Amino acid sequence: MKVDKSLPLEYGTEQNRLNILGFWVFIGAEIALFGTLFASYFTLINRTGNGPAGAEIFEIAPVMIETILLLTSSFTIGLAIHAMRMGKVKATITFFIITLLLGLGFLGIEIYDFIVFIHEGATLQTSGFTAILFLILGTHGAHVLVGIFWGIFIISQLFKHGLTPRTNNKAFIFSLYWHFLDVVWIFIFSFIFMKGML
Amino acid sequence: MDFLDRFAVPNPGPTIYASMVAIALTTIAIIIGLTYFKKWGYLWREWLTTVDHKRIGIMYLISAILMLFRGGVDAIMMRAQTAVPDNTLLGAQEYNEIFTTHGVVMIIFMAMAFIMALMNFVIPLQIGTRDVAFPRLNALSYWLYFAGAMLFNISFVVGGSPDSGWSSYFPLAGTDFSESVGTNYYMIALQISGIGTLITGINFITTILKMRAPGMSLMKMPMFTWSALITNLIIVFAFPVLTVALAMGTMDRLFATNFFTTENGGMDMLWANLFWVWGHPEVYILILPAFGIYSEIISTFARRNLYGYKSMVYSMIAISLLSFLVWVHHFFTMGQGALVNSIFSITTMAIAVPTGIKIFNWLFTLRKGSIVLTTPMLYSLGFIPIFTIGGVTGVMLGMASADYQYHNTMFLVAHFHLVIIPGVVFAMIAGLFYWWPKMFGFMLNERLGKWSFWFIAISVCLTFFPMFISGLDGQARRMYTYSESTGFGVWNMISFIGAIGLAIGFALIVYNIYYSVRYSPRNIPADPWNARSLEWATATPVPDYNFAILPEVKSTEAFWDSKIYGDKLFNKRIEPIHMPNNSGMPFIMGIIFFIWGFAFVFGLWILLVLSTIGIGICLALRSYEKDEGYYIPVDEIERVEKTGGKKK
Amino acid sequence: MKLKTSFLIGMFIVVMVLTGCEPLLVLDPKGPQGRTTANVIMISIWTMAIVVIVVFAMYFYIVRKYLASRQSKDYVPPYIEGSVKLEIIWTAIPILIVAFLSVVTVISTYKVESVPEGYEEEPLVIYASSSNWKWHFSYPEQDIETVNYLFIPTNRPIEFKLYSFGPISSFWIPQLGGQKYAMADMVNTLNLAADVPGEYSGRNANFTGEGFAQQTFNVTAMSPKEFDKWIRDIKSTAETLTEEKFDELLQPGHLGQSTYKGTHLEFSPPPENHHSKEPLKDNQEEIKNQKIIKDDLSNDEDHSNMKH
Repeated sequence: MKVDKSLPLEYGTEQNRLNILGFWVFIGAEIALFGTLFASYFTLINRTGNGPAGAEIFEIAPVMIETILLLTSSFTIGLAIHAMRMGKVKATITFFIITLLLGLGFLGIEIYDFIVFIHEGATLQTSGFTAILFLILGTHGAHVLVGIFWGIFIISQLFKHGLTPRTNNKAFIFSLYWHFLDVVWIFIFSFIFMKGML
Repeated sequence: MDFLDRFAVPNPGPTIYASMVAIALTTIAIIIGLTYFKKWGYLWREWLTTVDHKRIGIMYLISAILMLFRGGVDAIMMRAQTAVPDNTLLGAQEYNEIFTTHGVVMIIFMAMAFIMALMNFVIPLQIGTRDVAFPRLNALSYWLYFAGAMLFNISFVVGGSPDSGWSSYFPLAGTDFSESVGTNYYMIALQISGIGTLITGINFITTILKMRAPGMSLMKMPMFTWSALITNLIIVFAFPVLTVALAMGTMDRLFATNFFTTENGGMDMLWANLFWVWGHPEVYILILPAFGIYSEIISTFARRNLYGYKSMVYSMIAISLLSFLVWVHHFFTMGQGALVNSIFSITTMAIAVPTGIKIFNWLFTLRKGSIVLTTPMLYSLGFIPIFTIGGVTGVMLGMASADYQYHNTMFLVAHFHLVIIPGVVFAMIAGLFYWWPKMFGFMLNERLGKWSFWFIAISVCLTFFPMFISGLDGQARRMYTYSESTGFGVWNMISFIGAIGLAIGFALIVYNIYYSVRYSPRNIPADPWNARSLEWATATPVPDYNFAILPEVKSTEAFWDSKIYGDKLFNKRIEPIHMPNNSGMPFIMGIIFFIWGFAFVFGLWILLVLSTIGIGICLALRSYEKDEGYYIPVDEIERVEKTGGKKK
Repeated sequence: MKLKTSFLIGMFIVVMVLTGCEPLLVLDPKGPQGRTTANVIMISIWTMAIVVIVVFAMYFYIVRKYLASRQSKDYVPPYIEGSVKLEIIWTAIPILIVAFLSVVTVISTYKVESVPEGYEEEPLVIYASSSNWKWHFSYPEQDIETVNYLFIPTNRPIEFKLYSFGPISSFWIPQLGGQKYAMADMVNTLNLAADVPGEYSGRNANFTGEGFAQQTFNVTAMSPKEFDKWIRDIKSTAETLTEEKFDELLQPGHLGQSTYKGTHLEFSPPPENHHSKEPLKDNQEEIKNQKIIKDDLSNDEDHSNMKH
């Protein structure tokens, strides 16, 4: 495998460059996916049937905590990539672990939030509005969950192989994914929760 | 026994029992055949585990032809049922299932697969590279498509086929009005194959953007490559919409949510919107590669360069952008008012402008050319007039006020068949004849090819022109029968005769394949058509690694220029070539996805969880796998090159 | 060439049919809206015919002239990049054609979406609702309801209020005008009118499942006088539509034609949403108002009857 030394390791080989471009295209598709979900959300936002509207069930505290956790995790994954570029395996792994723990915390609170919704009479089946609310949050949450598993695989490979073009490439692509999830969450936070509560 | 009851077909008829027997016999025959001829190992090593884009292309091709016949049998049955008034050949329920599966099979599992076949085989060769960017993902795409197609097709004998039209409008497709698992099959099978298509989109965009031969700038790419690039961009932005719509539909049906229901705030119009936001670009996903194929074939057999290369590219980009802005024209009659309809009428008709540019560019490519009437060229020449008629009726349908009268009638059916058949199917057959020698090392018979062309071209007109008339006379589509007093009988009888002609035409193509496999000479040159682009610069059959030396390109027609002006394509020395290893993982994942889909359709939740875990394990294994591929040493490449591409 | 002959035969058939003695339903309108769409269709057919003829003429001329078999063996086709001038021409002309058709479309779409021009009378409101696989027509003003048939007065605009008790259906009377969807969660408005008395066929055009093919209804257009007489006859003969009876009618299946006093609108009101953004209250009030008018009318009638 030819490695181009003038580039960061994650861009070092031809296949690595392809992987990164391919992943950007994938993120393009993900934007279309979440774009559709948001469009559907705003179509169904007033279709509450006999169930509650957003303002009646949204609570600021858990959403704020979720936001802080995920924003912080986006920062720590950035630090992980920074450490990786400087060639520090231990720091990279540490920041990776912190990122995943923050993600896990996010998920935990999101699940708690779901339980609160259900207790307030907003289940998946209640109305068109609750269905799309759960679908959009659930799709984002499922992405975070997949990310956590994926992150665990990457951490174990960093342990085993250290920083190689291969592992760096994976870690870098993971960071793109994680930042993307953060951006989606900012949209969810602003246009679903903030707008819904105002 | 209760557990097994769910797999029974709700209203079995003789056709279904016959298919059950046929499926069982075919399966047994295949298993016995493979065992007897000791071909299991060959099948596994050379096909099921392959990551070679050429072989994947051929597997797509075989699947597409099989699906063409599945959809074709549906079509013949529909035309036979409606050939005479008050016919009782099929019942309403059977007819509804048949036109639903005809639509889905033809669009999703035939046309898409055919396009994937040609893109897979041709694009890497045409841009002068050794494979796609992600060979293993490419295999996964195929196996996901295959799993989806199989899942959809077993619905006929296990549990019942979908019966609410290929557009599956809710609430008709909801559990209130479609109780059988048929629509579950639709939702899940399309979802699985849709994911495969999306992966292909990502793969080919990356391949085309990053792996072109040295010197091939974007504006030096062959037109088919351009069309593939734009198509795959549309795929990446349109298919996620389908993913979401299908997910919502699945949840409505299986988890009793209220996305598209008529109570508790559900909104049936949301499905129609989402479906067509994907559905209209989907039409261009089918037609743009076809335009690319025509550009290649017309310039090859007019012996001229493509006229107006740049405007061809810009018009495709314009079409791809407009394709996302016209979806409302599929339901002008939903009541969104004159203003919205007027806007979407204008965007719809605007598509005629770039399409017209392409037609005139093709005509001017023919002009001053030296037209050789080979089979692929005949299909391309047949395409222009028939597609023009299909296209202008599309403009007519785009006029909202008039569409209130055309909508849901046979006029519409005539229009889209006269666009899709000459536009897509002709291109696929033309491409099949054109690239066949590159795929298999011999040519298809020209005489039989021309016969099949005339049968198909005339029959298409015969089948679909009368529908314009019966549509204007008030015949709605999707009616399984009509009374004699309507006067539709004569037009439908003509259509039926045309449909038989089409069947003969397609049967001739299959016979042609059989005939040519047996009798066609094998000692053909690498460039039998005197063509213009890089795929013809390789040996025939194409070696595993495509090009021993990567070509260097100076113009849009690099290979032609090398023949005429003596430009050197291959300047470097032969070096060891890196190749990816075969992998059984994509095939295994296809099987697991099939089980996953089956479990989902019938709500077998334990099996669903298990297969989901299975998919997760596959992904994990892939993450940990260390697969660096292998190198083909120089002396072996030289040996292969000397024998003209033949292995060993 | 075979293609040419078949095309000519095709064109011949088309012309024969379009101008033939038994005209196609859509091109044989019996009301102002249908006439507008028929005119639009004919304008578009002729415009498109010109396009087709030009393309076909160029196509056959070029293909014939430049066949390899008609050329000398040593003819080498030239390399031509393209021509900006020509490309501007074949971009500009289609744009002009599309612009022309756009103007036609916008004008005619607004026309068929509103009450037909020149009809000053107050529109007759009829609620047309579909259920699998029937049509229910409620005349709130007259307080009667019919199943699978429709009587309308000529020369009076009819305002159809469309909705569905099941899947999306499409209400279509080809000779009176274009179709529109009837949906479960929304009321659509379709403005039609007939100016020739006669019998017309109507149907659901949007696939709704097993009984879709037979989901048809008859339309009879008659003079206002006859229409009033028909209403009076119904009132004296028809049974009253009860909620139980209506539930029975809603059961999936096919029914013949039937007539009732009273409408289902009182006990089973139409959906709340209008595409024209009218809130629910208007809708309900409208029905109430119409009922009041109707009551007044019937009182008047009673008086007049007493006099005679």
